[in-house]
Order: sequence, then structure tokens, then C-alpha cells
Amino acid sequence: MKVPESWLRGYCDPGLSTQELADELAMHSIEVERISHVGAPSPDAFVVGKVLSVEKHPDAERLSVCEVDAGEGGRTIVCGAPNVAAGQTVPVALPGAVMPDGTKLGKAKLRGVESDGMILSEAELELGDDADGIAVFDEDSLAPGTPLSEVIPVSEPVIELEPTSNRVDCFGVYGVAREVHAVTGAELAEAPWERDAEAAGEGEASDYASVTVEVPELCPRFTARVFTDVTIAPSPLWLKARLIGAGMRPINNVVDITNYVMLMTAQPLHAFDLDRVPDGALIIRTAKQGEKMTTLDGVERTFDDGMVLVCDRNGPSSVAGIMGGQVSEVSDETTRVLLEVANWDGVNILRTSRKLGLRSDASNRFEKQLHPELAIRAQRIASRLLVELCGAKLVPGTIDEAAEIPERHRLRLRHERVEKLLGMPITPDQCVEYLERLGFEVERDGDDLEATVPVHRHHDVTREVDLVEEVGRIHGYAAHLPSTLPPVGARGGRLSREQRLRRRAEDALRDVGFEAVVNLSLTDPGMPGRLRIPDADVRAEPIGVSNPLSAEHSVVRTALLGSLLDAARYNRSHDAERVALFESGRAALREGSSPHVGVLAGKFAGDRPAPAFEPWRIGALAVGELRPAGWRGEAVTAGFYSLKAALEALARQLGVAVEVVPGEEPFLHPGRSGRVLVDGEDVGWIGEIHPLVCRDWDLDAAAGFEVDLAPLVAVSPLGEESYEDVVSYPAVHQDVAVVVDESVPAAEVRAAVLDGGGELLRSAEIFDLYRGEQLGEGRKSLALRLTFRAPDRTLTDEEVAERRIAIEAAVQKIGGSLRE
Amino acid sequence: MAATERIEEIRAEATEAIGSASTTVELEELRVRYLGRKADLTQILRGIAELPPDERGAVGKAGNQARQELESLLESRSAELDASELGTRLAADAIDVTLPGSPPVAVGAQNPLIRTQREIEDIFIGLGYRVLEGPEVELDYYNFTALNHPPGHPARMAQDTFYVDPSTLRSDLRIPANGDELPPGPEDVVMRTHTSPMQVRAMESEGPPIFVVVPGRCYRSDPFDATHSPIFHQVEGLAVGEDITLADLKGTLDEFARAIFGPERETRFRPGFFPFTEPSVEVDVSCFRCGGSGRLSDGSRDPLCKGVGWIEILGAGMVDPNVFGFVAANGYDPEKVQGFAFGMGIERIAMLKYGVPDLRKFFENDVRVLEQFR
Repeated sequence: MKVPESWLRGYCDPGLSTQELADELAMHSIEVERISHVGAPSPDAFVVGKVLSVEKHPDAERLSVCEVDAGEGGRTIVCGAPNVAAGQTVPVALPGAVMPDGTKLGKAKLRGVESDGMILSEAELELGDDADGIAVFDEDSLAPGTPLSEVIPVSEPVIELEPTSNRVDCFGVYGVAREVHAVTGAELAEAPWERDAEAAGEGEASDYASVTVEVPELCPRFTARVFTDVTIAPSPLWLKARLIGAGMRPINNVVDITNYVMLMTAQPLHAFDLDRVPDGALIIRTAKQGEKMTTLDGVERTFDDGMVLVCDRNGPSSVAGIMGGQVSEVSDETTRVLLEVANWDGVNILRTSRKLGLRSDASNRFEKQLHPELAIRAQRIASRLLVELCGAKLVPGTIDEAAEIPERHRLRLRHERVEKLLGMPITPDQCVEYLERLGFEVERDGDDLEATVPVHRHHDVTREVDLVEEVGRIHGYAAHLPSTLPPVGARGGRLSREQRLRRRAEDALRDVGFEAVVNLSLTDPGMPGRLRIPDADVRAEPIGVSNPLSAEHSVVRTALLGSLLDAARYNRSHDAERVALFESGRAALREGSSPHVGVLAGKFAGDRPAPAFEPWRIGALAVGELRPAGWRGEAVTAGFYSLKAALEALARQLGVAVEVVPGEEPFLHPGRSGRVLVDGEDVGWIGEIHPLVCRDWDLDAAAGFEVDLAPLVAVSPLGEESYEDVVSYPAVHQDVAVVVDESVPAAEVRAAVLDGGGELLRSAEIFDLYRGEQLGEGRKSLALRLTFRAPDRTLTDEEVAERRIAIEAAVQKIGGSLRE
Repeated sequence: MAATERIEEIRAEATEAIGSASTTVELEELRVRYLGRKADLTQILRGIAELPPDERGAVGKAGNQARQELESLLESRSAELDASELGTRLAADAIDVTLPGSPPVAVGAQNPLIRTQREIEDIFIGLGYRVLEGPEVELDYYNFTALNHPPGHPARMAQDTFYVDPSTLRSDLRIPANGDELPPGPEDVVMRTHTSPMQVRAMESEGPPIFVVVPGRCYRSDPFDATHSPIFHQVEGLAVGEDITLADLKGTLDEFARAIFGPERETRFRPGFFPFTEPSVEVDVSCFRCGGSGRLSDGSRDPLCKGVGWIEILGAGMVDPNVFGFVAANGYDPEKVQGFAFGMGIERIAMLKYGVPDLRKFFENDVRVLEQFR
């Protein structure tokens, strides 16, 4: 909302600078986007001039040499305008003036004649659109030399406001002025709708026109007035200047008046050429499905049956509340005008405007819901202007098709509620003053108030709490609101256990060299396919967005892997040597559930369950060197085992043992992939990425894992550990080498050893793998470090020897033997 | 020569030899020569019995004295030589301490967004808040309806909200497609447009007083540019009790601003509008670069706050009574409870704090950028 400063000050002038005025609005009323400017940077050296004489330029056909009195007697000005004539009162820029485009005017010789200034066109002043000739003032009484800024806004600051959607009243300059009045207490000019035009036309409005509202629920009020003897012409300069300052293009006097009144009051208006409305009969109805009309912008629009049209008997004439149609457009030939000022259902206007992709200054106001009472106010202002500026005659009578006008709200403000809610005191007298300045009618009842809400705030202020906001903001938060903390009750702030463990898991991966990324969780529907996930898999059926910005971001990710691959490719293509990434976040699946509790398992507070299953995952992906070589060692490359080490480190930080068993995923190397088990539960995958998937992402090789976090947290003993004595009865350490067939997995060997070792064998860690001729073809040797300990005694050699025999027996059961 | 004189001679000779020995090997040879089984002194002491009785005492005494003296000398000289030999050996062991450590230990980096989120969480934990989380695929009911967005509110419109295609949901959630008929209803499913839906979920699950913050991902159909992303992060705050005021909101946000942006910071409230708060405010923080003056030390205009001295950081307000109306049965009688809510963008806080010029940088995941944030 662009508010030309002089227009605003015409209604309420608190005597503040432009910046101070903008600051007061920002701190009490409406966000100020910026202060901009139309016209010249400064009004200096722009004056009123009187053309004394005009002669042809001796050497130029199109130029005139004029004598102009600009306050200091005659001066010579060369002018190229065809319309210049002696006796005219005109705007003049003297040497030294800075023009709106920034050029500084000097004395200039034009074809040998020195010009001591410049007679200006509207366009040169940025006050109008007429560039064909100089601007001429109608008022002969203006004294030559009068500063031009006293006549027209030569150099106009514009306060650009961003009213919030509840403050439709501030989409009109008078509404903004009312705010200035409320905030500063400066006097507010009489409301511009107080006086109506004299009805000098013949007959009654109903003789000329009729209005039928078929959809009163969508059109709560439709008023119409009729004007005859209209002369279409350009608007006077002051009106053009205000429109341009407010960001609108002048068109002709009738259209300009409708726009001007809208910019003043926030109530849009629409003028029909009455002679282009057969019999003057208007019907307000919903469109027929597929009905068409060409709007004023020259675009043919197709309507559906939820849209409201203003029709004549031949069909649509205007899209209700949004834009008129060409069929009834006011033109230079127009002599009779039907002026529509209506009230529309805001939700319907918003819907239509969105569906048509057609937003206008009118729809922007109607969609915020205006009060029906405002319509008649706009009729009164516009009528006066049409009579004054277009020579029109107002036909007596107003056609007024209205459903019941809603009663004004009467609200009680309990004074104690103000301080109770805001935490700052405002006296009852102040409350009354602020509300009255805002246009409320207020009655005192002790300290409490009864306030009647003005129609311009009807939809915004409906409850006591809304009155509290009004008095609070006018009183001023910046100046008066104390800074206190809420009373401390019995409460303690903390992370939940799962939140603490999640931070620990994330830090564990960071601490082994992985970098935390945050990927976009809306992705490409082709992602499951690129990951070779078959159609039947729930991960291939992502939740989709109906109105995506692009297909690339149109479905919710069902796995973290795809975006990790994207991030890896980005970094490799930017020459990163070491790419080890992890993400901690949610995937979303249409089906599924977790046996665990808590937000990591996708179980959220609230009565209604979440529409999707959103498990919290940790995914990691590494490409290339996971650990650099350094100057005396070999690099650790990202592969199955290095990723497994990272996963184990993560799990160990949570006190959890993870088990990996062979298992495939379509996007993994079939021989180098496994399922991750925690306490027997499948929590995710680990493996080297399938070469075809790597190729798709331009990666040489990659490995990763992705696990649900909830199961790890569920079995984590962290915080629930109990002390165990390790000093009184020391452990016995022994190494053992087990020779088995190649086909026997290490985990099976270890399980056999642990089985044979029984309770006394506290741990068995594989630390070496050996293959050699002496073992025989197809055999391997696994070395394990065994730790025996009893909680209640020091173990004897005999006890340990016994366990060793049992281990040997267990190993034999899987076809293995102990190697001495 | 008398035995005692011989002893004295040996003692003198050995003392000199020990003193001039230069290696522990040499010293060991001297020990054998002067104190070994075949050494003269040993022989003299062994032959005492054969001496006349009146000489025995003096010779024995002198011999033993000399032996003890030499043993002690050997010992101390040995210690001296050990030390000097170790020093020589260590000097030869010297390495180039300026080479980098090896093998190198890979060190990862924390993400600036996650770090900022944790920092915000921790500030509010210190103020007595708990951290809640909610779903990203959310019911319109929580995202809009129960947050007092009347039907037809612009924020509900498809232009700002990603609506979930019902055919992609679990079958029991596939309400008849609303198509493009507006306004959508509470049964519709959206990508949550803010973290505020957790306000209602939280109040449904526990009564007042309640102090919670809710971090998480949000979605809006804003195309990518320097300050917008269709996916972004917010932290919601909600504090409800019997007498929590707008002034308490100011005090809380002042604490927050000081914790994040420095001890001199303060906040400023301007009127704002959100359907689920009344009164609503926009909150500015005094600029931490220019200190609120709008000018840098060289007198130029501060580009961070654009010379204003204040930076907008979040929106907030007092919880609208209509929102309490949706959870009145859970102990939130709008006549009896009141409190505040706020919502801030984590990206915005991180951009300000770390001078990140473009919001898209957070989602590029460039390791050269990530490594700036351990």
C-alpha cells in the first residue's frame, strides 16, 4: 500500500518528519516496507510560471521561444510543446532544478537561442502520463514564482506500508490517516463521505437500471447509482499525481475516480458504460461451468460454477469484485455511467482470484472482507467527484440490493484484563482515548468499558482480547512494555532420554570423521527407481504433494540415501577428496509402524495420530578416502568394513551391540551388503553401493548405512548401567585361533566360541584373519582374544582349561578346530 | 713392600682408573681387575690368615676399607656413565616433531543448522522448557483449523501450503480428493507450514502449566531464493499458565537474544498479525554488528541492519483464546489460562549469527562450508 505523504497529511498531519511518521506507524500500527519517492528529488527551483508571449524559433520549425514570468520578470525559455500559448499558467523548472531522472537543469542553447529554464509536461514531472505537451494549470490566479510544491506534489515521499490481512481498513489512505490520528493524537479531518453530491439528474435511478442479486450469500450488498451527461476527459493534475504516487496509472476521469475512492477508503468501485448494459439490467449470479468473458486486461477468462459474475441479459459483463469486462468498459464515448459499489464474500473472491490467476487491487481488498456499510460511503464520495470533475448529473436514488446489514459488535473490556494479559498498566482513561481515536464508540462502566466496533474494523475486532491488542499497541510496546520472566512453577527443562541419545549418536559419527548434512526432504518421484527399489516396496510409493513447485521436489523422501548420494555427487564434482557424510532426520512412509515408543519411532503427542509413519533415521555415506593416508601410512578407503566400523562406533557410544547378517538391498552390492540387527530386530542396512547406482550418481564407489534410531535407543543401557567390580577378581586373557572352512561366517565362529566359553567367557573379540598353505585349501584361521572372569572369585588355571576344552568341542561342531 | 702399602697403591691406582673410565664396559673391566676373584686386593684379603697375627688387623682393616671405597666409586661412576650414555642414545633418537601426527584421525563437522538448533534448544532448556517434536506430514486440523485459521484464510491457500495428494496416503486417510475446491478442511493432509501444530498436540497431551519448544522442518511453496526455501526449520515456543503476560514474552526473548547474539542485546516489539495469537507482535533484536546505532565504526551505514539498528528475528504473541477453545477439555479454559507463543526460523538465526549470505547454502552441504563449523 503506497501512501503519498501529502495525501496522508491532508487528512492528519502530526507535524513529524516523513521518517518519524513512518516510525510511528511501524511501532504502533503497520509494518513499513520502505519510504520511496516520486517526482523530483527536491522541490527546489520548480515554480509556477506565466507565459507572456510565444514566438516561432528563427531556426527550428518545432520550437517556440517564449517569454515566461517565473517570479522575477520575464525570462526566455525555448519550448518544444505544440500546445504552448501566451497567457497559460504552467509549471517551470529553473536552472539548478534536479529532474526526476536525476539530471540537473542548466542554461542550454537550443539552435542558437539560450533557454533559461524549461516548461514542463506531466510526464517530465512524473505526475501524469501526458508527454505530448506541457502541463497547463486551470487556475489563473496562481502568482508567477509560487513554489510549484504549493500547487502540486513535485517531490513526493511515499510511505510504502504492508498492512496485515486483518487490517483491510489500512488499504485506504483515510484508514492510514485514522491510525496516524490514533497514534499521535493529531487532528483527523472530517470523513470524506460526510457530504453527498446533489442529485441534479432527471428521474430516478430505477428508471435507468435494475439489479437482481441471485446469490445474496456471496453478494451481501450491491449498490448502484446512475450518472448522465458525463464528459470523459483526462483527470486534473492533482488527481493524476495522487494516483501515480499510489502506484496507479491514470486512465480517464471516470475510471480514475473509481480508483481514487478505492485508494482512499479501501472500498473498490466499478463503473459501467450504462449504454453498453442492455436496458441497464444487471444480474448477479454464479457462472455457468465453462462460461467465458474477456476482462479489461484483454484476456479471455473461463469460469466455473463457483465464481460470481455481474451479468447483463446477454451474458457476463464483469467478474464480481475482481475485474470488469470489455463489453461494458467506459470509453471516450461514454456519456452515462452506472456506478457499482458492492460487497462480496471474501473467501469466494479469494478462491476465484486464485483459480483465475487474476489478482487486482479490488480483489486484494475484497478478499479480506469489507463491511457492507462501506459501499454507500464510497458512492457518496465518488458521486461528488463525478459531478465536480466530469460534469456529470447524479440521477436521484440509489439502487441498493442488500441482505441484512450485520449489527455492529458491542464488546466489553474489563479493565483488569488489560494489565493481566499485557503485563503493563494502561489507565481506563487512556483505554477510552485510544479506542475513541480508532473510531470506537466507548461508554465507561466504572473502570470497565463498553465499546462499539466501527464498521471498518467489523471483521477484525470481535472479542475483548482484540480490544486489549488495540489499546496495547497504541499505548506502545517499545516504550512501555516491561521485560519480565514468567513466574517459575514446578517445572524443569531437559531433553528427553531419546533426544539426548540422538545427540550422542550424531556426535559419535562426527567424531569418527563424518560430516553432518541437512538434505532437502522433498525429492524426485523417480528416486526409488534410480535406487532400483521395486514397485511393490513401500519405499517406492512416496507420499506426494498435490501442488509441487517442481517435479524435482514433489514427493517426501522414503529413505535418506538418495539425498546423501546427491550431496556426495555435489561434493565430488566440486573436487572434495574426502566425502563422508551423515544425516539425522525423518523419512516418511505411507504405511508402517514401530514397536517402540517416542518421537524417534514416529509416535507424537496429540489426540490424532500422524497421517504418515515418520521414523527417525541415521544414514551415512562415504566415497573415496574415509581416512587420509598421511605421510607414513595407508589411507582407509570407504568400503563395507570401514563403514561397519563407523556403525559399530556409533552403537558402542550408545552401549548397544549391532549384529550384521548377510542381506540384500536393491541399491547395494549383492555380495557386500547386510542387514543390521539390534537385539534380533532388523533396523536397517549396511553395504557398498551397487555399481549401477554409483554410476547413476557419477561416483566411482561408495558405501553407507541407514538405520532406525528408535530400536538402538530402546535397548541402550545408558543411564541404567550398574557398577561391576573388576579389581578384586582379575580377568584371565587368552588368545585362541580357530580354523574353519571359508564358508563359515566369522559371526558363527564367534558364537560357537562364546557358547563353549559359557558364563565365564566375558568377551571374545576377533582380531586376526589368516589364510595360508599350512591350513589347507579353502580354510581360514580366525584369532580371537578371550577374556574370562568370574564376579565372585579368582579363576583357577583348571577352570580356564576346562572352558577351553568346551570351546574346542563347540568349534568342532561347526567343522572347525583350534590351532595350537 | 708391606701389605698395607700395596693396598694403598692398589687403591690409588684403581681410583684413578675408575675416575678416567669412559664407558660402562670399561668400568666393568676395572671392577673385575680390582675387585674380581683374581684381583690383587682380593688375593691380599684372602691371604690375611697367613700373615703374622699382629699384622692381620691392620691389613684386614685397610683392605676392606679400600674395597668398600672402590665399590662405592664404581657404583657412582657407573651411574654417571649410565646417565651420559642414555643421553647420547636419546640424542640419537631425535625425530622431526614438526611433521604432522600420524596416522591422521579423521574429524567430522557439525552442521551449522543443527548446531544452531541445539543452541536454541539449550537456551530454552535453561529457562525451564522441554523439547517436543511433531510430524512433518500433518493434518490440516493441527496446522490450520485448531490454530484459528478460518476457512479461506490466505495462509491455507494452495499458494503457500503444500497439500498432500490423498491418493498417496494410507487408504483410510484417503478422504475424497478436495481437488482444487477451496477452502480445504481439517481432514486434509498438508506438509506442515510451521512448527505451530505442536502447540495443540502438546496441549492435548498435557494440561497447564506448559513450557515447551518445538524444533523441526517446515514446508512452504516458496521457490528458492536467497531468503526462501520450500523446506526450512523453525523453533516454536509455547508457555501457558495462569498469569503469563506479554511482558514475560519480552523478558524471555530478551534472554534468548542475549544468549544467541551477545549480552548487550535487547528486543523490540512491533504490532503484527497471526491468526493464532492476539495480541501479535513482530520482534526485532538490536543489531549486534553496529550495536543498534545503524552505523559502523567508520561511520558508514551498517549493511546488516540496513542502518536501522534493529533486525527482525521472529513473530510471536499471546495465544489466541480461540486456540485454547480447541483444548478447553484438556484444562485450557480461555478465561483461566493465558500464555505466549513464538516461532523463529533457524536458518534466519544462523544466517545472522554466522554471516551466511544465502539460505540455499544450508542445503548445498558443501563440505568446504561444513568444515567451517565443528
